[in-house]
Amino acid sequence: MTFDLLFNLSLIVFAIGMIFKIVQWFSFKIGLQAQNSSFSQRLISSLKSLPGVVFSPKFIIILKTFVFEVLFLIKILKQDVLRWIMHMLIFWGFILLFFMHALDSIVSEKLFSYYYSTVNPFMFLRDFFGFMVLIGIIIAICRRFFMKIYRLKTNKMDIYAIFIVAIIILSGFFLEGSKIISHTDFQNMEKDFAALDYKEDRLALEAYWVKYYGLVSPNINIEQISSETLAAGEEIHNDSCVDCHTRPQAAFAGYAMSKIMKPVGGLLDSMGMVNILYYFHILSCFIGLALLPFTKMVHIITTPLSLITNAIMQRDKSNPLNIATRQLIELDACVHCSLCSKTCSQGPAFDVKHNVNILPSERMLSLRQYFKTKDLDSSQFMAIQEGIFLCSNCDRCTVVCPAGINLKELWYDVREEFIRSGASITSLVLSPYSYNRTYNQDDFSATLFDMPARHAKGIIASRYKKKSHSEDVLSLNDGNNEFNDSKQSVLAETTFASCFSCENCTNVCPVVMNYEKPEQVLDLLPHQMMRSLGLGLENLALGSNMLWDCVTCYQCQEHCPQNVKITDIFYELKNKVSKDCFYSQKE
Amino acid sequence: MKKFALFIGCNIPAKVPQYEISAKSVFKKLNIDFVDIKEFNCCGYPLKNTDQTAWILSSARNIALAEKKELDILTLCQCCFGSLKKADAILKEDNELKLKINDILDREGLKYKGTSLISHYLSVLHNDITIEELNKKTIDHYKDLKIATHYGCHALRPSEIMQFDDPVSPCLFDNLVNITGAKSIDWPSKLDCCGAPVLGINDNLSYDLTEKKLDNAKKAGADFICVACPWCYMQFDKIQDQIVLKRNKPYALPSILYTQLLGLRLGIGKNELGIDSPDNQDNEHLTQIYSKLFDTEDKKEKKTKKKASKKKLLKKKALEKEPQSVE
Repeated sequence: MTFDLLFNLSLIVFAIGMIFKIVQWFSFKIGLQAQNSSFSQRLISSLKSLPGVVFSPKFIIILKTFVFEVLFLIKILKQDVLRWIMHMLIFWGFILLFFMHALDSIVSEKLFSYYYSTVNPFMFLRDFFGFMVLIGIIIAICRRFFMKIYRLKTNKMDIYAIFIVAIIILSGFFLEGSKIISHTDFQNMEKDFAALDYKEDRLALEAYWVKYYGLVSPNINIEQISSETLAAGEEIHNDSCVDCHTRPQAAFAGYAMSKIMKPVGGLLDSMGMVNILYYFHILSCFIGLALLPFTKMVHIITTPLSLITNAIMQRDKSNPLNIATRQLIELDACVHCSLCSKTCSQGPAFDVKHNVNILPSERMLSLRQYFKTKDLDSSQFMAIQEGIFLCSNCDRCTVVCPAGINLKELWYDVREEFIRSGASITSLVLSPYSYNRTYNQDDFSATLFDMPARHAKGIIASRYKKKSHSEDVLSLNDGNNEFNDSKQSVLAETTFASCFSCENCTNVCPVVMNYEKPEQVLDLLPHQMMRSLGLGLENLALGSNMLWDCVTCYQCQEHCPQNVKITDIFYELKNKVSKDCFYSQKE
Repeated sequence: MKKFALFIGCNIPAKVPQYEISAKSVFKKLNIDFVDIKEFNCCGYPLKNTDQTAWILSSARNIALAEKKELDILTLCQCCFGSLKKADAILKEDNELKLKINDILDREGLKYKGTSLISHYLSVLHNDITIEELNKKTIDHYKDLKIATHYGCHALRPSEIMQFDDPVSPCLFDNLVNITGAKSIDWPSKLDCCGAPVLGINDNLSYDLTEKKLDNAKKAGADFICVACPWCYMQFDKIQDQIVLKRNKPYALPSILYTQLLGLRLGIGKNELGIDSPDNQDNEHLTQIYSKLFDTEDKKEKKTKKKASKKKLLKKKALEKEPQSVE
């Protein structure tokens, strides 16, 4: 009765949670192409594509993906054998327990006419499966807390996931142990199956069970059992018990627990420990079920979905609305295993900038938050944006992701969405990190190519004075000597002081050569940059377009007769602008 | 010969996979011993504009990983080569920075010492394998193939640090092209930028520079522009297609990776070099140019001898410069 009530309650919470999740997948907006889509449009478009998948060769791909990647976790095996062993033990142990033990009335009893939870092989297998999970959990705890795995970060969700599985399994073992020693349970079984009329028969059976079945009885002292009593007990046992009850040693884990509890067995039994542990066990299962949609455990559903949808969907062929839906499922399919962060080629940037959003696994968490509310304070927004732009598009995260998440497309779509929102900009748009936007423009229907750079240049222009007209005469009093004074220079390179304006740098510059009136486009020419630094007019140099149009070919530096490190100075100036005008995470 | 850690960087696996395939095939053929280090990260090149410390840490971590295995680094990209080598030079000068960087690296048990050498594979082919040896290894020659070599800025300059070749009149790449029987032509703007560094920042400028280079190479009569850097390759390949489309320009000329150009003449199959026939089969001109890659003749003894002696001279010259760079 209580069981049914609790079970139904948790099932209802689970169902509501899943419906909630599914509605989110179809209604949240992600990327540019699904910006104006409604819930019903997205739902219909995904339902429409279903028949095309089921009745086509794609079905074979789905089967293949399901077997290799979902059931045998091949993607994890390729990356990390220990993690694969851990996950296989937990996954298969739990699945087999679920069908054989939790659903015994539906599955096991139908499949095996001789099924009884107290006979072998089932009694042994139940503990064996549980033991598999337990070993997996121990490996998981070691990996998360004791082994120093590069860039593996552990948050509350990861701890919860380990905790809930561990509690379910351990409570099961303890429940079994308490049943083995329970005198009350023995009496109930005796009534149900043996129904002995004489007290001495009962005591004989009890003695036999104390001796061989681990029972703790207030009536029997194990030291004083006579061989006659034992023989009598054995006879009754053979008549009434042995057919449906294997010796509990087969349930090795539960038996081990019973040994631990044995010294206080009588007390535990009188406290009704079997009942307490029973409710503890089923409650932990039900809580796990009810909370599944709201926790990391939802990956049981979402990760296979992500693996399968990614195996059959292609950017250029699939409906953009379905891609948006898939991307929202992917956000829930991430299990925070940090493999992407471990392999991310931009990892060292995190070590200097301390913005966790540079690491893909942590960025996934922030994005999940972002798409829930689309309302983040500006520093959070900037942090995500820095993370998402600071990507060299090496695609390594996408290659290794065991959940099959197409991370590179996710980064690209979110990047375009951020750019479109125009809310803020990072100096990274003025670096080779933005190469990929132009390079891949056809694949991602990106528009407004020059917008981020223009926006960023606008921010720079508003901060520094520009040399607007050639007829303006610059007042040298405006300058400060910050750069000129080599003792206090913010530039490590002070070689600009040696410039004698021979203009070699300007003459060999391919960018200058590209324009008819270069001074109008670039604001300052390379030799003018060096001279303005020499004159202490560093704002002029910092604000000029020359800095960002420089192709860093080092022709100027190579040809300078005075060894002025022109290109290196440009790099330093760009660093300074980037620090002064744009967001950077405070340490 | 020494063993290398092959540094492929970010662009090659994602955008120019045929470069990795062809380079590995060529290295195996020439018995260049290399290993992959899975833990390598970005060389830090794209960080230089905004955060030089992050760039130097990125480079230093790669060097430290190679040092841990007592390997030298072999790069396939001019910009990786430039960033790693420049960072290495800075760290050798700046002890304070080195301590700071090593503090961070220490968290994962790494240490930058500065003992690994950083080389671009073109120098390894030219100076370690040597032109004579390569000449022996080629099975035949291209019959009629004109190549515009594109050196790539960051390998040549700043020459003080890179020590790759003469920054004003280099010959290393041309020598390497000539041993295949192809003719390395003279062409204007050969040593200029491909345009890649500003793509995404100022697309028009980038397109201008790329377009100009392609036009110049074509006018000089080249069949292919030959590169040894993924950035340059992408620029002359996919970005050229964008220029053709957006600026309504005729297609100028195809690009080829040096490892592919050499690999074919070492007798390596086109599949092992990742050479695809042109997408556009209708373009007769392009198909004709590609057919030149498979139009070969026997090695000409006389010509080779003459060339070899010339190359010996050039090599001598190059070797004379070498000792400074090693120490």
